[in-house]
Amino acid sequence: MTLRGKDLLSLREMSPEDIESVLSTARSLKEILSRPLKKVPTLRGKVVCTLFYEASTRTRASFELAAKYMSADTVSLQPSGSSVQKGETLSDTARNLEVMGTDVVVMRHPVSGACHFLSKVLDIPVINAGDGMHEHPTQGLLDIFTILEYKSRIRGLKVAILGDILHSRVARSDIFGLTKMGAHVTVAGPPTLLPPGLEDLGVKVCRRVEEALEGADVVYVLRLQLERQTKGLFPSKREYHDFFGLNRERLKYAKEDALVMHPGPMNRGVEITTDVADSPRAAILDQVVSGVAVRMAVLYLILGGETSDL
Amino acid sequence: MTYNLLIRRGRVIDPASGRDEELDLLIQGDKISGMAKSIPEPEGAEIVDAAGKIVLPGLIDMHVHLREPGFGHKEDIDSGTKAAAAGGFTAVACMPNTEPAMDNDSVVYSVLRRASEKGHVRVYPVGAVTKGRAGKELAEMGEMLKAGAVAFSDDGSAVSTSHLMRCALEYLTAFGAPVIEHPEDKSLSEGGQMNLGLNSTIAGFRGIPREAEEIIVARDIALAGLTGGKLHLTHVSTAGSLELVRRAKARGLRVTCDVTPHHLLLTDDMVLESGYDTNTKVNPPLRSKEDVEAMKQGLIDGTIDAIATDHAPHHVDDKWVEYDYAEPGISGLETAVGLILDKLVRPGLISWSRMAEAMSLAPAKILGVPGGVLNEGAVADITIVDPEREFSVNTRDFKSKGKNTPFQGWRLTGMPWMTIVGGKIIMRNGTIVS
Repeated sequence: MTLRGKDLLSLREMSPEDIESVLSTARSLKEILSRPLKKVPTLRGKVVCTLFYEASTRTRASFELAAKYMSADTVSLQPSGSSVQKGETLSDTARNLEVMGTDVVVMRHPVSGACHFLSKVLDIPVINAGDGMHEHPTQGLLDIFTILEYKSRIRGLKVAILGDILHSRVARSDIFGLTKMGAHVTVAGPPTLLPPGLEDLGVKVCRRVEEALEGADVVYVLRLQLERQTKGLFPSKREYHDFFGLNRERLKYAKEDALVMHPGPMNRGVEITTDVADSPRAAILDQVVSGVAVRMAVLYLILGGETSDL
Repeated sequence: MTYNLLIRRGRVIDPASGRDEELDLLIQGDKISGMAKSIPEPEGAEIVDAAGKIVLPGLIDMHVHLREPGFGHKEDIDSGTKAAAAGGFTAVACMPNTEPAMDNDSVVYSVLRRASEKGHVRVYPVGAVTKGRAGKELAEMGEMLKAGAVAFSDDGSAVSTSHLMRCALEYLTAFGAPVIEHPEDKSLSEGGQMNLGLNSTIAGFRGIPREAEEIIVARDIALAGLTGGKLHLTHVSTAGSLELVRRAKARGLRVTCDVTPHHLLLTDDMVLESGYDTNTKVNPPLRSKEDVEAMKQGLIDGTIDAIATDHAPHHVDDKWVEYDYAEPGISGLETAVGLILDKLVRPGLISWSRMAEAMSLAPAKILGVPGGVLNEGAVADITIVDPEREFSVNTRDFKSKGKNTPFQGWRLTGMPWMTIVGGKIIMRNGTIVS
């Protein structure tokens, strides 16, 4: 099994072996980040294109740095105007990039399934950097990587995911990735933000946040995507915070050494309080470091490297 | 006296009389003039050897989009009626979501004039219920009936308010025409891309709940009760809708409904299995296995009156895009007969007679148009099917401009062999000859 030349579209469709190979490669590559000269020649001559139809700070920076640390050339595009505004079609834009010699396209897009579509358009590999409400597979991988660094295992861990599951691609990738690796996932949030069928995915749905937190090894707080809310899904930020946000009191329901995670950017005082976010139990900045390592691994493996070569 | 067509030794199915036997069928002019075990060959008549074939009353698709006027790049009356003839349909009812909308008699006249110039099968215009399909005030339905419209619909949307639907149903009792309702509560379906359920959760789409359909079905049935109007619910897709229709029929209300081949055969599993193929995007959305089973049951037990394709041709540019941006709809005219034969008739779920009833007799009755029967004196609209012919669905063979189908590559047994409209052979073995 190898990831060479493959797309990375979702963790649902990714085999546990491929997940393991990314994680072990990331462990080897992470060391580069702490070198004084952060550059290895591994991907010299390769071109990585980031194509972001949606705003992003850390994901795009993370992919670009990952590529640069391995000496790949990067080109980044943020086509303006999505949906109705008739610009160039995604198919045309992407095929132009392909014929210019791009080796891999990393795309973020507001529409679920857009990366699947792109993979049908292009012969070169496509990496999903977040598509609509669907998945954000490299986020899922970096979350697993981070948990492993602290807990050394995934199997048997209890992971509580809190908040807006409905609109969250991070939640979907984490659910698929973590359950595949043997974790017990529980979720809680406003019922209007919990999509149907979660139990069928092996997830325990709790009515109250406290119940979901009970005995948790990892507490994963989702960003409340204010910009995605259709009116009427919850009454106010204040009420959200009071009933569904993570604060010091609620965190007591989790295990004493529970890890607190958040994909960023945080709405401090809404889904998470500052004291919890900045506490020693928070691994939120570690997630960002893991992100670069995991993306280096993904680019390395897709562009033709083998774990054994490292 | 010149007889023009003698159809020999076909198995003749006529659901109205219950007839199912091998007969010769003689056509004079545009009428059936004789049906008997063996009709002697009249001089100068064209002989059609239909041995081994099934002779059905001409199929009528009561829900198609011919896209004319306004969207000729998707389909027009020429290509759409060619597709109909190739698919074994002798008549189609075309929806008014054109540009401009078919909401007044002059557009009805112009569609009918175009149909008489360019059409290959009969075209029955369905006028808009409201002006501009805007859901604000009633369109001139009486004038449109006079011009040749047969029914009314704001298809693409439900009639906007309970009040307007009440008025439309009540007003049309003076004329006897039905309202064909697209049952969808947009406040519940807005932004949805597929059926609400496990699959929409996995795919990351806002789901369209079944209730978005059922709420309007329930509303309209209540209003049919209030007004005594004729209500036809088109492309019903949920088990719950059928339960409501079943009860309405038991109450004796004038309520009928149709189902599409895709809602009879496909589930929302296909969205993910196809890797977000936009040909799976359709409105109402593909539903669950339970709904599909309920549709089949409803067709068997008669809760569902008719099969209609909701033929919705689109240009490739409207489909070769991200899922949210793709237009919903399936080009259905040229796959319907093959699918119904292969998946429902051959396995014995429905009989030939039930198929002919759902695809010919019932639509003729609901729309109040000629056809639907095979007897002496009836209009000579006839569909002949080859039940043993195997084929693969291939959009390259489509006469329709719309190549958007989720059935591409399906191997099917049973296909339309001849389409006769008003005594004239229009399609012979897949080729449009007139």
